[in-house]
Amino acid sequence: MIFLQTVGRVFLAFLATAGRLSIFTISGVGHCLRPPFYFRIIAKQMIEIGYYSLPVVGLTAIFAGMVLALQSYTGFARFSAEGAIANVVVLSITRELGPVLAGLMVAGRIGAAMAAEIGTMRVTEQIDALTTLSTNPMKYLVAPRLIAGLTMMPLLVLVADIIGVFGGYLVAVHKLGFNPSNYIQNTWNFLEFTDVFSGLVKASVFGFIVTLMGCYHGYHSKGGAQGVGMATTNAVVSASILILCSDYILTEIFFSK
Amino acid sequence: MAQNQPMIRVKNLCKSFGRKTVLDGFNLDISAGESLVIIGGSGTGKSVAIKCIQGLLTPDSGSVEIAGENVIGMAAQERERINSQIGMLFQAAALFDSLPVWENVAFGLLSEGRVNRTEGREVAIEKLALVGLDAKLADVSPADLSSGMQKRVGLARAIAIDPKIIFFDEPTTGLDPIMADIINNLIVAVNQKVGATALTITHDMQSAKKIGDRIAMLYQGKIIWIGRADEVENSGNPYVDQFIHGRIDGPIKMALRA
Repeated sequence: MIFLQTVGRVFLAFLATAGRLSIFTISGVGHCLRPPFYFRIIAKQMIEIGYYSLPVVGLTAIFAGMVLALQSYTGFARFSAEGAIANVVVLSITRELGPVLAGLMVAGRIGAAMAAEIGTMRVTEQIDALTTLSTNPMKYLVAPRLIAGLTMMPLLVLVADIIGVFGGYLVAVHKLGFNPSNYIQNTWNFLEFTDVFSGLVKASVFGFIVTLMGCYHGYHSKGGAQGVGMATTNAVVSASILILCSDYILTEIFFSK
Repeated sequence: MAQNQPMIRVKNLCKSFGRKTVLDGFNLDISAGESLVIIGGSGTGKSVAIKCIQGLLTPDSGSVEIAGENVIGMAAQERERINSQIGMLFQAAALFDSLPVWENVAFGLLSEGRVNRTEGREVAIEKLALVGLDAKLADVSPADLSSGMQKRVGLARAIAIDPKIIFFDEPTTGLDPIMADIINNLIVAVNQKVGATALTITHDMQSAKKIGDRIAMLYQGKIIWIGRADEVENSGNPYVDQFIHGRIDGPIKMALRA
């Protein structure tokens, strides 16, 4: 009986959270589409997500590309398929590693920062102050971040793709002795528009997820410093899990036959 | 608004959080231009009452009329119109960390599009002067100010929109006695200058007597006494008497034990 009660309580809590998140998402998206638009805040968030995340995403991408080339070489050399390294690197980076790694890094950097900032605003009554000053907090705090996440992540991932492929090139040419022009030729030959496009769509979805989770957990934080800390952790963990789940769903949509 | 209509009328307000009833039939009338102070111990629901009136919390039942309009269940845009006539000083000032002092002060005006940024800055400096702060603080971050200064900036922000109503949430909490008196004097001066209806919640009796035209005592979710500020010392109500003299013995403690 106690076991059933516990299961029921957990299930109801899950449903309540799902409902709250759905309402929050619909409200947030609605405010993205309706004026007034806070362009200064949107621009600020775009710079925060796109520009200031570039070093960490770039570093992740270049090392991912380098490791991928190295690992592929040691594996493919066993059945004399070293020539496929360029294809493997470019497809892996553009389809999967670029968007997923960038998404996870941005979740750690931006999602956490958003949850902490909005959470602090909640516990210090700054969100209440916004309401008293005739400003809708969803429109002022959430909508600009969602717009910035949706638009900047694809750009960030596009740059990450280029850096990642360049990382693979560096290892292949300078360490493994590949011919530079052959490597570049192989990279171009096997790359299709869908490979890059699917990665950019994923990036956009991941950007939305990261900012939504950061805003949602921050907005509903309570209980002072501990509550803000918990909101930050929850934002990063939930964004990371949702990124990996949605990655599978998007891959299924784009590439399943 | 009708001539004898109070500026704020609260009728039978009830609010619970889970099984805990915080407000249980809370009634209050505040006339236009009056300054009313609600006193009561910590956790008696003073903040919940002010948040229900302000629209930050939705009551379970009851009505709140502001200038004759029932604001409970009002559409968001209508509520924003009402809120544009209300200023609020929060307990910890609640200044926006990401904005400089002047933008904090002019925030309400800028968000409603009443002024552009240049005009907003001028208005902010003018309001900062009204609360005794120098114009050179306009570009400082709120985090670099003392708590007393933050309260003053919060007060400047509350009056910047030329409100008809101002709410003060524990305006002197956390301040030293001298700074608390400075803030009290500022509130009195500002109320006189702006001519707004003021509702203050506090448990600081010095502050209550100085700011309020009338004082009301909140206990167990209801107003149990209300009268002129100069009558509070001789209220004849044992709860009020115990509270204002800060005595351990009395009905409040007995009620807590029960």
